[in-house]
Amino acid sequence: MSSNKPKSGLTRREYIKANAVAIAATAAGIAAPASAANLVTAKDKTAIKWSKAPCRFCGTGCSVMVGTKQGKVVATHGDTKSEVNRGLNCVKGYFLSKIMYGKDRLMKPLLRMTNGKYDKNGEFTPITWDDAFDIMAVKFKDAIKKNGPTSIGMFGSGQWTVWEGYAASKLMKAGFRSNNIDPNARHCMASAVGGFMRTFGIDEPMGCYDDMEAADAFVLWGSNMAEMHPILWTRITDRRLSNPHVNVTVLSTFEHRCFDLADSGIIFTPQTDLAILNFIANYIIETGKVDYDFVEKHANFRVGNTDIGYGLRPDHPLQKKAKNAKKAGGSKPITFNEYAAFVKSYDVEYASKISGVSKEKLIALAELYADRQTKVMSLWTMGFNQHTRGVWANNLVYNIHLLTGKISEPGNSPFSLTGQPSACGTAREVGTFSHRLPADLVVKNPKHRAIAEKIWKLPTGTIPAKPGLHAVQHNRALKDGKLNAYWVQVNNNVQAAANLNEETLPGYRNPDNFIVVSDAYPTVTAQAADLILPTAMWVEKEGAYGNAERRTQFWHQLVDAPGESKSDLWQLVEFSKRFKTDEVWPKELLDKNPEFRKKTLYEVLYKNGNVDKFPLAETSKDNANPEAEAFGFYIQKGLFEEYAAFGRGHGHDLAPFDTYHEVRGLRWPVVDGKETRWRYREGADPYVKAGTEVEFYGKKDGKANIFALPYEPAAEEPDNEYDLWLSTGRVIEHWHSGSMTQRVPELYRAFPDAVVYMHPDDAAKRGLKRGSEARIVSRRGEIKTRVETRGRNKPPKGLVFVPWFDASQLINKVTLDATDPISKQTDYKKCAVKIIAV
Amino acid sequence: MCSQNHSRLSRTLRFAQILGVSALLALSLNTVVQADPIATLRGAEINLEPTSPMMTRQDNSDMRRMRNYPEQPPTIPHKIRGYMIDLKANKCLSCHSRRATADSQAPMVSITHFMDRDNQVLATVTPRRYFCTQCHVPQLQTKPLVGNDFVDADTLINTKGN
Repeated sequence: MSSNKPKSGLTRREYIKANAVAIAATAAGIAAPASAANLVTAKDKTAIKWSKAPCRFCGTGCSVMVGTKQGKVVATHGDTKSEVNRGLNCVKGYFLSKIMYGKDRLMKPLLRMTNGKYDKNGEFTPITWDDAFDIMAVKFKDAIKKNGPTSIGMFGSGQWTVWEGYAASKLMKAGFRSNNIDPNARHCMASAVGGFMRTFGIDEPMGCYDDMEAADAFVLWGSNMAEMHPILWTRITDRRLSNPHVNVTVLSTFEHRCFDLADSGIIFTPQTDLAILNFIANYIIETGKVDYDFVEKHANFRVGNTDIGYGLRPDHPLQKKAKNAKKAGGSKPITFNEYAAFVKSYDVEYASKISGVSKEKLIALAELYADRQTKVMSLWTMGFNQHTRGVWANNLVYNIHLLTGKISEPGNSPFSLTGQPSACGTAREVGTFSHRLPADLVVKNPKHRAIAEKIWKLPTGTIPAKPGLHAVQHNRALKDGKLNAYWVQVNNNVQAAANLNEETLPGYRNPDNFIVVSDAYPTVTAQAADLILPTAMWVEKEGAYGNAERRTQFWHQLVDAPGESKSDLWQLVEFSKRFKTDEVWPKELLDKNPEFRKKTLYEVLYKNGNVDKFPLAETSKDNANPEAEAFGFYIQKGLFEEYAAFGRGHGHDLAPFDTYHEVRGLRWPVVDGKETRWRYREGADPYVKAGTEVEFYGKKDGKANIFALPYEPAAEEPDNEYDLWLSTGRVIEHWHSGSMTQRVPELYRAFPDAVVYMHPDDAAKRGLKRGSEARIVSRRGEIKTRVETRGRNKPPKGLVFVPWFDASQLINKVTLDATDPISKQTDYKKCAVKIIAV
Repeated sequence: MCSQNHSRLSRTLRFAQILGVSALLALSLNTVVQADPIATLRGAEINLEPTSPMMTRQDNSDMRRMRNYPEQPPTIPHKIRGYMIDLKANKCLSCHSRRATADSQAPMVSITHFMDRDNQVLATVTPRRYFCTQCHVPQLQTKPLVGNDFVDADTLINTKGN
């Protein structure tokens, strides 16, 4: 590798000479007329079958063309017909071809056993699917019998396909009657959802990616798009470099790759984004730039409850101290004048002092929003969402766009970016959160439950009214022995969830609990499990994802899954056959609805006349569909069409199932075959009433809320002992916990091990230099890593950054499980650590 | 090469040590998880803190590497430390632009890099391809922890029986 000679050991001239001889020899002895001597040209051999599929990684939702040959993926490239990426992929996307072929793919179910029997402390031993489901069914039935349906739970993700998330949600909420199902999107998008629901009463962005070709200014609020949404960054780069008048302003707590394109790079003290946002609102008011006509017609003002705590365990001192910990989401109406008075104290002096940002930079930023001629697109991801005041941060950025009327039109766009490929499509739209049902319905609303029960053809009272445990509570309840049978699919939560040592690991290893993990690879979560189920991934099954701009995209199964791997969908539905209503539903419910007696959950949930409505004959002739084969009907179509009934006619319209296999995705609501690019704008959104211009129809009066919300400090700040801020995140080469990308050699070699990015002076102060081994220690745990003082991330003094993709350096031992009290999303960007040389 | 071997060796040794030590710890810690052979990436029990591998160097051999398929962006066969790509300049293009290649003998950026969103060829490299490291990455001198069974199209064609 380090020598300057090619692998052959020959120079270029020597190589050509040697090859000429070889070619001549081959040509002389060969009688294949359709081939040149050293190039196969026969059509039947060289053809590659190309099919579309959305990328497996982030929420951008690029479309890729997948080349298959002889049952293998042999190539992938960006789909030129896709509006999202127009032929481009990022480095991860270009290596999708290799993600399924890691040598350690799981091939058989594995159960911890000793002497042929299940043993929580036993060795992983291969078993049959039948035996796996047997022990699972015993454990789930035991738990339900002993402690009721709230003692079982499921943890999924925004990487479930639409119908997998839907089938899971149905199985848990209606089948087992437990709302303890949550996706890892809770760690990722819950604050964005909370922001949308509070401000607009309906989830997901009003604008779309087309805004990127129309905006004059881009403001990044806590988003490293250059690494995490690279293809959207190419669109912004294209816009900025092609049009010199365009401004890019990047706000962050440390310098990263987006700063390379920034006209203004702004480093602020963690948590003070709240103050900067209020300053901008105040600046708009003080300089007379409020669009009063817009505000009058389209906005209400409210003041939110303050001092709302940090989502820690109730006995934590910070929780006990918080006045409104139990009423975190509360608010009441105020007038514009009251709102103006509220933000008045956020003048430039205060904002500059608290944030550490110069007054000049703050004013220039505020001016982008205030100037009526400048179309502004605000973008954010985890900087806002993983924030103990994440919902507030979302609310506050909408305030600015609403005050100036810069919303719901090309280029004027507050845009919440999504982390996972189907965080929108599955976690949010299907409603796999513990409090949600499809199409923005919630379990605690009796009318919403009635709608779901009617569509699902289930008796009134089937769906429990009480919201289930959310992600962070899952791990706490496992530790406390309140959740006893637990199924994890499509994610690696032992590597993701904060406070691994004190909550997650004791929970998974609690002898009272049985943990099942479905995955394609042996992740850290699988390592902590009792039963591992080998699982098909990506194009090994038919699927659908929904991206950040409301675009639903489908793909066909293109290759078979290896060994005995099965899709999450097959696992969920097959498992449902092991349960009879009499075993899991209460007597009263069955007494009132005797026709449901002695039925399997499979019959009740999936053979219900909806899900089994479409025959096998409708499946693709060119693609395998083992799930449809197994159940005897086109289950993906049945699930999708039943699910789509929730949203059609209610602002969430999806096109017919078959359409999506033809097109490069469509942005909902899709009405009369037409997608919607800008919601709430008359002419662009069919749901807006004529003559209203703009109608925020998620709220009854058609008006969005502008919220008065203050700056409040972070849950944990550096002190004398733990003297540094820790922020965690990702790198472009790896997707989330690295379970796929760390198995692609080129991506592994590009960034094999996590490091701690720190300021050289902070390193020197601790006797460290680049490459030194160091311990990163918090009150909860520690890791060992290597110091990086240069490269892509340049933290200011006082802050360090550690990526979380590396299974051998579990930074979630260090992070704090403090959450936004409204959204219950963890703040992975702020806790206090000390760094010690090893 | 030297640092690479050292790093791999230390990780292997470390793994062995961890396995040896685990039996003792299992007696005293109730949350210990067995060091399973399935810990292919982690290489350690969950509750332990492995020593982190030494940093390794970027391969700087300038030797082109075979691509897995023609559409794969080539990985970078040289160091790129200090290469600025920002609003002011793009260091990569100082060798890889069309005009520079005669002097630099570096491969020219491909024709796709001149195309805008509508596949129109521009006079210069398209801004949408400006940040090279979004697709092209250097390679460190390290060995993957897990192998990969990807098979390229040529190999499949030439496999006996096909």
